Order: sequence, then structure tokens, then C-alpha cells
Amino acid sequence: MNRLTYIGIAIAAVFILTAIFAPFIATHDVAAQDLFLRYASPSAEHFFGTDALGRDIFSRVVYGARISLQVGIIVVTVSAVIGIFIGSIAGFYGGFVDKFLSGYVFNVFLAFPGLLLAIALVAFLGAGLGKLILALCVIGWVGYARVMRGQVLKIREYDFVQAAKALGASNMRQLFTHILPNAIQPLIVQASLGMAGAVLSEASLSFLGLGIPPPAPSWGTMIEEARGIDILYNSPHVLFFPGIAIALTVLSFNFIGDGLREYLDPKQRKR
Amino acid sequence: MTETNGKSLISLENLKVHFNLGGGGILDKLTGGSPVPRVVKAVDGVTFDIKAGETLGLVGESGCGKSTLGKALLRLTPITSGKVFYNGKDLANSSEKEMREQRKHLQMIFQDPYASLNPRMTVGNIIGEPIRTFGLSDGGSVERKVQDLMETVGMSRRFIKRYPHEFSGGQRQRIGIARALAVDPEFIVADEPISALDVSIQAQIMNLMEDLQTQKNLTYLFISHDLRAIRHVADRVAVMYLGKIVELAGAKDIYAEPLMPYTKALISAVPVPDPEIESKRERIILTGDVPSPINPPTGCRFHTRCPFAIEDCKRIEPELVEIKPKHYAACIRISPENPYIEENV
Repeated sequence: MNRLTYIGIAIAAVFILTAIFAPFIATHDVAAQDLFLRYASPSAEHFFGTDALGRDIFSRVVYGARISLQVGIIVVTVSAVIGIFIGSIAGFYGGFVDKFLSGYVFNVFLAFPGLLLAIALVAFLGAGLGKLILALCVIGWVGYARVMRGQVLKIREYDFVQAAKALGASNMRQLFTHILPNAIQPLIVQASLGMAGAVLSEASLSFLGLGIPPPAPSWGTMIEEARGIDILYNSPHVLFFPGIAIALTVLSFNFIGDGLREYLDPKQRKR
Repeated sequence: MTETNGKSLISLENLKVHFNLGGGGILDKLTGGSPVPRVVKAVDGVTFDIKAGETLGLVGESGCGKSTLGKALLRLTPITSGKVFYNGKDLANSSEKEMREQRKHLQMIFQDPYASLNPRMTVGNIIGEPIRTFGLSDGGSVERKVQDLMETVGMSRRFIKRYPHEFSGGQRQRIGIARALAVDPEFIVADEPISALDVSIQAQIMNLMEDLQTQKNLTYLFISHDLRAIRHVADRVAVMYLGKIVELAGAKDIYAEPLMPYTKALISAVPVPDPEIESKRERIILTGDVPSPINPPTGCRFHTRCPFAIEDCKRIEPELVEIKPKHYAACIRISPENPYIEENV
């Protein structure tokens, strides 16, 4: 593992701890407004300043970590489980099943630009945390399925799987005891990169007003509320802190993903 | 041939394994694919018997279909047509469920000892897996049975908790053999079991397999491209070329007096460990590679490389005929009356 991976792990750890201990770290109530203190600059009382309604940006960023990581973890877990399952079926059974799944289903999902499909889904389902997660899972699973299919396709031809078959192992046994444990590695990388993608998608959708409705402190929503050229000029901190939180989170998971890829595939390890 | 009572344990009847590579469809024409269907005829009409207790050696060049034949025999590769009888029961047309029952009696040893063991399972679990899936521990503990098997193949029972990567190639092959023996099989397909091993280890594994054969009354199909290994272990030898058996005879006969030109060439390719004889002996050198099994040559498949080929060889597909007693060959230029090819006419 290289230095960037450790930096990634450190940043991610800070965000995860922040999310867990949010009530102890936050200095103010995230919804408490103070209309006399709109757009206050960072100070000892308000570390990151306040927003248009005089709410404490620091506390909102801290609670925002909860939303972002919650979305990230749930989306990655659910889409990975669905993707691994469907991808395994396609790769293992091959033939018609594979032709249908990877030839039609996967390609249909991949043909849509992910975010556009998510926007359409959210527009159809309505806003809200649960619906946002659902929409991101719908676009997310196919990436895992495709990687998994390739892995299973490769590993099911290995001699030890043939040996298990010759020894009377059932299809499910071949798949779960012999193929899956040997196929899962690239999926771990995919998942850590997917974490970054999910956080970013949540922010994007919230920014577009299609994510988590206000007043919930989502980083994307906070940036959305800071739109406008005068705000940018006069109080950039309103935009800066949630923006940097998104950037750091995404960066940390990308570093972790890249590091894991190198670590798990020794052939790619740099000297 | 050694003493076999002549009872066939396995019989193949016109076994074919073809792999469809696609092509020939409407879409293929539009997308620039092959306009005609492309089919690899890996095994194309093989008929022979394996007698109980014998070792049948199967030799041939790389890509001639040896391994596919071995796998098809155990239904690890789908069979296109033909029959595989085991004790009179047709495996080719058995259901998955019936086949699973038969797998207790039919086992396989693989070529690559590095690929044939699941890297994430301990030796105990690898060898124990068939015992658990078939419930064969006979009341005793699975571990106990695994340890016995490990001793049978000459491994210390202390290694039961270790992982495959901790072993050498030869030891891994022993683990593979122990796993095959776990179900107490009658018949084992050994698919190039020694070709990935060092020469000194090759002999150990061959001797182990021979000892096990006597102890447990096993029948082997021993697949190899190593003619010397085959000579050492086999009772009878089948020579395969591009998906077909071209010669089949007792091991002594085939080495002493190969009839079909391909077999002659193969056997003359084995170096003699005496430099004087080696420098004087006549060799048949084959030129070119094995033709592609996608579009095999017409007539006799060997005619493109055969030094004795005549015009008719391009047209007539030779049958496997008994040229001499128990010595079968497929060549139109030889017959029981006239078993040797005269010079080119």
C-alpha cells in the first residue's frame, strides 16, 4: 500500500468517526435559525460561519457526513449484493441466461447515463432519502454484475471447480464455496470506488434539488442553497466547507480503491 | 496386455464433442462474422473400450482433443452426440441427478496441480469435500478418513490444516490424487497428471498411481503426450489425431511395431538414450502443425502431413480396422492382408 492509500484511510476514518459521533461534535442545532446572523463569517462561535438562514455550517457539515456515508454504505452494499448475485448467475449458467442478462439487461442499464437515469427515477418516485438510495441502487448494481460475470466466467473453468463438479458438488456449492471466494477481490475495489461515486451522486442529486429535501443537512443541498453570484463573492464559506467535505470524502475513497487494487493485484504493484 | 478378464468397464460409442463458435447467422453476415457456422470438432466420433483393471494410455499432440475426451467421459464437458457406457449404463444420456450418483465411481486427476486445488481451502477441506457431500465417512469422523487418505498417497497427516500454496507441485498432485480417491472410485481419468512435474517427481507420481491401481483395483485412462510415460504405465495405447483415434493396440505392440504413419512418426520422435543408436536410427520428421480442428482436412485428417499420402487419402475417411490381432489402425493404405505401406507409387 502506498502513502496515498494511508492518507485515504485516514481521511475516511475521520469522516466515519465524525458521522458516528456527530451529536457530540456538532456545536449547534442543525436546524436552529438565527436570522440576525445570516452569512456570518467563520468565527470562534461558528467555526465555518453561518448560511442564509443563520444556521451553523460546521454542525451541518458534521451531520451531513451522516447522510453522505449512510447513502454511500447502503447503496454500495445493496448494489454489490444484487450485482454479485445477478452477475454470478449470468457467468455461471452461461448460454441463454447469460445472453439475456449480459446482452440485454446489462447493456440497457449501461446505455443510460447513470445520473440521468437517477434523475428520471427520482422525478418519478419523488424526493427523499430512501427513494434516493433506491434510485442509486438501480443504476449502481450493473457495474458489479458486469465485473462479477467476468470473474465467474473465468474462474468456473479453473480445474478446481471442474474437480468439485467431478466430485458431485451441486451448482450452488460450486458457486458459493469455490467460485465466489476466489472471484470477490476486484469487487472490493469496485465497492470502494463505488462508495465515492455514491457520495458524489447523492450530492449531485441534492444539488439539483432531487435528493434529500431541505432542511436536512445534505452537503449537496447546502451547496445548492449557496448558489448565486453575490453569495460566492461575499460569503464563499457557505459554499466552500460542504464542497471541501464532498471533495475529501470522494478523494479518500478513490485513494483507498486505487490502493486496494494495487494491493490485491500484485502484478500491478509498482516498484 | 496384462491379465484383464476382457470385461469392458467403459465403452465409448461414436462419441462427439463439438464446440460451436458461432457464425452462419443473419447477424454474423451483417456484422462481418463468419458466413459459415464455425464448429470445433474437438472429439469427432471416438469408439473404444476400457477394460476393468487396465490402464489405457491416450496419446496425441497438443490440441488433438485428448483432454476434451477425458472431460467428456465424465460429463465435465457437454457431449454433442454418442454414448458413454459405464458398467452398461449410458452416462451421455443420464440426467444430472443420475450422473451425480455415478460420480462416486468415476474420478479425475488434473494436469496442473496449481490450478486444481482451491487456493482458499485447507487440505483437509479439499480432500474432505467429497466425503461430506456424499456422506461417506461411514460413521467415523471425516478428519480421520482424510488423514488415512493422506497417508495412502504418502503425505504426512500433520499437513491437514495447511493451504495448497504451502506445498510443492508433487505434493499438490498427491493431494489431488487423495481427493480423487476419497469417493473410492473404480475408474480414474488422469489428464496429463505428470506433465507439470519435474522428471524425478514424475516417476514418484507414476509409481504411486500404479501402487494404488493394484491396491484398489482401479482402472485408468491415462492421458499424456509423453510417450515414454505412457509406455511405462499403459497396458494398451490409443493414439489420437485431430479428434479421432488413429491407432489402438497393446502397449508392447504399438511401440514395437507401429502401423499407422502418424504413430510411426510419434514413436520415432522419442529419443533413444544411446548416442550410437540415436545417431543411426531413421526418423520420420513431420513438417507443419496440426491443422485447425475448425475445418479439419477432408478424407484422412493426417494426409496433409503424411509422407505416404496418396490421392485417395484426401477423399476417403479411413475406419479403425483390426489390422493384426487386437491391433487397430485407421489408414487406407494398410489392411490385414497387407499391414505395411510400400513405397510411394
